[in-house]
Formats: sequence, structure tokens, C-alpha cells
Amino acid sequence: MPGLTFKNYQTDNFYDELFYPEGIPRPGAELLVDAIDQLPASELRLRQEAISRALLRMGITFTVYGDESGTEKIFPFDVIPRVVEAIEWNHIEAGLKQRIKALNLFIDDIYHDQNIVKDGVLPAEILKKAKSFRPQCVGVNPPKGIWCHITGTDLIRHTDGAIYVLEDNLRCPSGVSYVLQNRMIMKRSFPQIFADSKVRPVVGYATQLYATLAHLCPNDVADPTIVVLTPGIYNSAYYEHSFLAQQMGVALVQGEDLVVQDDFVYMRTTHGFQQVDVIYRRIDDDFMDPKAFRKDSMLGVPGLMQAYRNGRVALANAPGTGVADDKVIYAYVPDMIKYYLNEVPGLPNVQTYVCDRPDDRAYVLEHLDELVVKAANEAGGYGMLIGPHSTKEEQGKFAELIKADPRNYVAQPTLALSRVPTVVGDHFEGRHVDLRPYILYGKTPWVLPGGLTRVALKKGSLVVNSSQGGGSKDTWVIGHPGTEVEPQEATV
Amino acid sequence: MLSRVANSIYWMSRYVERAESVARFIEVTLNFILDQPDHDVEQWEPLVRATGDEEYFNEHYGAYTAANVQQFLTFDTDYHSSVRTSISNARENARTVCEAISSEAWEQLNSFYHFVRAAERSPQQPPNAGFYDDVVQHSYHLGGILDATMTRDTGWNFANAGRFLERADKTSRILDVKYFTLLRNVSDMNTTFDDLLWSSVLRSVSSFEMFRKRYHTLTVERIVDFLILDSKFPRAVRYSLQQARHSLSEVDGPVAEFQNEAILQTDALLDRLDATSARQIIDGGMHEFVDSLQHSLNMIGEAVHETYFALKAFPATQSQSQMQTQS
Repeated sequence: MPGLTFKNYQTDNFYDELFYPEGIPRPGAELLVDAIDQLPASELRLRQEAISRALLRMGITFTVYGDESGTEKIFPFDVIPRVVEAIEWNHIEAGLKQRIKALNLFIDDIYHDQNIVKDGVLPAEILKKAKSFRPQCVGVNPPKGIWCHITGTDLIRHTDGAIYVLEDNLRCPSGVSYVLQNRMIMKRSFPQIFADSKVRPVVGYATQLYATLAHLCPNDVADPTIVVLTPGIYNSAYYEHSFLAQQMGVALVQGEDLVVQDDFVYMRTTHGFQQVDVIYRRIDDDFMDPKAFRKDSMLGVPGLMQAYRNGRVALANAPGTGVADDKVIYAYVPDMIKYYLNEVPGLPNVQTYVCDRPDDRAYVLEHLDELVVKAANEAGGYGMLIGPHSTKEEQGKFAELIKADPRNYVAQPTLALSRVPTVVGDHFEGRHVDLRPYILYGKTPWVLPGGLTRVALKKGSLVVNSSQGGGSKDTWVIGHPGTEVEPQEATV
Repeated sequence: MLSRVANSIYWMSRYVERAESVARFIEVTLNFILDQPDHDVEQWEPLVRATGDEEYFNEHYGAYTAANVQQFLTFDTDYHSSVRTSISNARENARTVCEAISSEAWEQLNSFYHFVRAAERSPQQPPNAGFYDDVVQHSYHLGGILDATMTRDTGWNFANAGRFLERADKTSRILDVKYFTLLRNVSDMNTTFDDLLWSSVLRSVSSFEMFRKRYHTLTVERIVDFLILDSKFPRAVRYSLQQARHSLSEVDGPVAEFQNEAILQTDALLDRLDATSARQIIDGGMHEFVDSLQHSLNMIGEAVHETYFALKAFPATQSQSQMQTQS
């Protein structure tokens, strides 16, 4: 059996992240490609198997639903990393920082004066019908004026070679634990390639996250008590919640562990009640506080919102940030960048037709067989029409939905995501990928040099979600030429 | 430390100790049987009796065959104290407190779990002595990792208290049952007994060699003294209680030590052991003594729960002092 080699690898007219169409490695990927081509025949597969075993031992698994015996599976991880060269990363990083600044100013504006609406940049109607707008947050002043402290923004590369923003995740973006653990395992598996390639470290994330959270402390205390609030062990991201709490050395709490008294938040400890200053909450707004949001929530903490409004506790992300996740409001982010910062967007949006605009709507209704239609407030692939893969009947159904509630729909062209070589049996095949970098916003925005590269493992598939056959890859941001060491200290 | 987390760590540790004890009982029995091919003493029944759950066993299994008892004690997922149930529970507890224990400890417990699950699916049933020996090794390994990687803070102290309270319970239980069974076969309690029988009792709590160093020859009185009253042997009831007591006082609960019910109860039991000799235990009735010992251990367990884990209402005093600091 032949060993895994790139010799017969085909890019098939897609943009490939590691190779030019002629099969020459792109800048930054040469060392990696060389090293892999030189490995003995079965070595790569052995290392891939060792990595799978390590993931199982470390308990980075999810339970297979419907399996009585509780079989656990690891999230598939492919050993071939995605490589991002220094110059390109600088561009991405600058674009993300700019975007998060504008989004933060936007959220603060719409919960206060709503100047962006008064000045006619965002139609009033669109804001009025934003389901994730939280009236409970109107007039709230979060500590240090920051709303979105932790963001995971999904990027894709189109066939034109440019990077586009697909969506912003401002509520509880997950996946960063995989970035950190994948990296740790990759370093063990390919130490030499790492040393040669000048891959920028991701290990500083926990330090930065801690500093970001500590920066928010609203109370006058020397050593703030910070906690991570999780919905509990049955949440699919529980592993990540626990991992982040452990990496920061803070308590992982559930709603039942917290109590609000006189607008201060306390946790129940073996030594009595201890005041909590900052909560990194991984519970959605709706479930956070049954007094302020959904009354039937058993996960939250009664009175938390009141304590927050009165400035006794900081919440990250701030409640209400989800309004900017609305797929219609997303379409206006380039306008926000212009409006709040008077700058040109560094990272463009994917071309988006807003069905609430009559011209856009007419175009969308005529081209349903070519476009991807998305509902404004759905996630995880729900409420979507993928035009080229749809039937006339489905298109008809979506045409009715759009006409009935145009505010709730946007459409985008079908994109050909870029590909990365991926181990498939005894050879490599290109598989489509996206990229989720993580942005922290404490004193200033900070971008983790890396991110979660999600890969659609099924041949030809564009769906990278883990629930639908997706896996992950390490993301190597190559260091600037001449920078050997970079500071890992927090920037607060 | 969060009460919920402390509770989970305490039980994680108890469950692992429980699985280890059960595995050791079985392993010793397997070896014991090999040593006496013609022996007609029923060896498997006492193991079930040691659990105190004969009723469940009779209902679900019937005959005390090796296969039945091993299945019951090793893999029965409906039985609350089988190795499989204990390790699953321990691992589930550890998963909820991953952030509070070292990742080395979590990985070890996770490997332990996968090891037991793999054996469960293995075609070779019931498992051989090697499997039970491995279970014990996994447990030692975890104990060593906890000791080597965790600060002696609240978390470690609850793990330690859980480990030793469970151990005190299991040592007394096995002594009770073995004593009762073996006495049916002897007429004179003051002579040296069948080495094989009593050494199996000692081996089931891994104490044979240590006992030999201490006493050289076997008598019931010495065995009772060693397994219950010794203050230096790590599986003796008294040593275990001293360890648990030390850890509980290190935790330093919400009330001062002299008011801490868990510590008060532990002290009371230690006082009782101080005032008792092996001779008195035997004369007063071994079974009665162990019965009362287990009752006290249960009371300590309940007191630990009430003192550290059951914190529910917000105390009025703290609310007032908070009001004062605000003004």
C-alpha cells in the first residue's frame, strides 16, 4: 500500500489553502508539505491514530445520541493543518478588530440613543423586528462600556481567493477549547515541523481571557472572583466550559450554585457564601434569569439581571449582544463600520440580499434556485434553503415564506469554500473548510493567532457542522519573518 | 470551593475506593479457590453478604456461582455498588468537576473507565484475576496522581476524606463477614487458625505482609487488633478515621471546629476505638461491634453532607453584614 503523500494530490479547480493549482505549495506551507512527504509510509496514519486515542483518553468526546450503552465518540480531527501566512493573518486580524469595535459601538448605540436608526443607516423597521433585541437591556451601561467580550466570527475563502465574513457569533461562541487541545496534541505529534514552521502559539488564550474578564470587575476588590457559568453536564459544550474554567483556575458554576442577595451575587461554597464579581456566562440570555427572561428556566439565577443592571456583577458577554447575530443586521455591519468608525471594512461580508428591500426581494424570488436563503434568527443550518440542491416545491415554499415575512430572510450566493488536503483512507483529498477565529475585547481587542478550522469530511460537502459529519483541523498562523518570540503577557 | 463541587469530589473518591475494594475481594477469592481445589467451603456467598445486598442478588441471580457473583459485583449496571457502576459514577462526578481536579487525575479516571468498559465488552467472561488486579492498580494510580498533583486544599481534602471513610467501611465489612463465615469452621478461637483462611482475609485488604511484620503469627485477636485498631496500617479502620478526621479539620468548615458535627462525630468514634481492645470486641460480639461501627460511619457520612454540602438558605446574618458594608 502506498504511503500518504501529496505527489498525486489534485486541487480540482478549487482554491486550495496549501497548494497552488499547479501543485506547488503556497508560501508558509512548504516545510509542512516537505516534512509530510518525507515521513515513512505508515507514519502519518499511526500518528493520526495516536491522536484519536489521546482525545479519547482526555475525554474530549461527545455521547452518541440514541445509543443505550453510552458509546462515546471523539470529534474527528484531521492531522493536516490549515496554514495562514503572516501577511494574510495581519489582514484578517485588523479586519476582525475593526469589526468588533464597530459591533460594540452598534450594540451600545441601539440600547441607548439609537443614533444609527435616527440617522437612517439602519431602517427602524429592521431593528423593531429583531427577535434577539432585549428590551431588558435598554439603558444598561455594562462595565467599561464593552458588550461583546468574546466573539467567534466565521470566515470563509471564496474561489476569488478573498476572505469573507460569513457570520458573527456574539452570544456564546464555542470551539476555542478544540483549538487549544488540537494544538497541544499536534505539537506532541509533529514537534520538528512545528519548530521549523514558526507557528504562532495559541497557548496564551486562557491568560488573555482571564485578563479580559478581570478588566470588567465592577467591584472595588483587589482579586476579583471570576466564574464560568454553564448550563451543566448535558450541554454539548460542557467540555469547553470545564476546560476554560480549569485553564483560568476559576470555579465552574451552575445556576443552582449562585444566589442573588441585595443585588450582589454569591456562590455556595463549603465555607459559606462567597461574592462573585465577574461571570463568563455560557447560558443564553433567555435562560439566564427567570425573573427577567424566560420564567420557566431552571438553569439560571433569579435576580441576576437586576444585580447586573445595578452594576454589582459583570456578565460576559453582556446580555443583549445577540441582536448583532441577526442575519439581517449582519448585512449592515459594513455600513456600521463606515458610520461609527468612518473606515472602509477590511473584511467584506459575503454578498447578502436583504429581502426586506424590495429590489433585493425581487432578485431573490427570481433566483431561488441559485441562492442560499437563511432565516434571520436561526442557527445550525435550520430554516435554510440551499438553492442548487433544492426542489421546485421547496423553492415555492420559501417564496411564500419570504413574501409573508420579508424581514426574516436574507439570501447569499452559493459559495465554493476553499479546501485543505485531508486524510481519506490511504490518500489525501481536498475537503472544504471554514475558519472561526476568536476575538477578545477587554481593554483593547485581541485576536487569537489561529482559530478553529472546521472541515466538511464528506466528499463534496460544504457542511462543516460537527453534527453533520464535520471535523476540525489545527490552524497554523505562521510567524512574521524575524519574530522568534512573542509576548504572551496579558494586555490589560 | 463550591459545595456542589466538594460533594462531587468526595463521592468520586468514595466510588473509586469502593470499586477497588470490590475488585480486591474478588481477586483474593479467585486466588483462594486455586489454592484449595477440594475445599467445600462456599467462597462466593460471603462476598455477596459483605455487600449487604443479598436480597437484590437472590432476586436477580439465585445461585452463588462464580459467574453469577462476578457478574453481579463487576458489571451489573443496575446494582449500585458494582465495579462498573462505581467507576461510571466516579467518572461522571469527575466530569462535572474536571476544572477542580488535576487533568492528570481526570485522564487517569477516564482511562480507568474505558478499561472497565472494554472488559465488559470482552468475550472472555467472567474476567480473570488479572482484570481485578488491574482495577486495583488503576485505583492506586489515581490515588497516587491525586496525591502527587493536587495542592492540599479543600478539593484534595474532600477526596481524601471520601477515600478513607469508604475504606473504613469496607475493611470493617469484610472482616465482619469473613469472621462470621470462618468461625463456623473452627472450634477454638484462641489457637492459631488455618493460615490459608485467615491470610485470605488479610490479603483481601492487602495487609498480609504488613500483618506478618507486626505479629508474625495469626490469631483472631491480633487480626482484629490490626485491622480495626491499628493506627499506622493504611487500611485499618482507626488509621482511616484519623486520616478522614485530619482532612475534615483541614477543610475547616463554616462553623468552628468544636461545632462541626462531622468532626465531632469522627472524634466520638475515635474515642470509642481508643477505649476498646481487640479482646473486648471479640467478647462483646464481633458482628455487633461492626454493626455499631457502620452505624457510626453512616452518621459521619450524613454529618459531612449536612456540614459542607447542604448549604441552602442565605443566612440572615450575612445579609445584614452585607447591608452594613454597603452603607
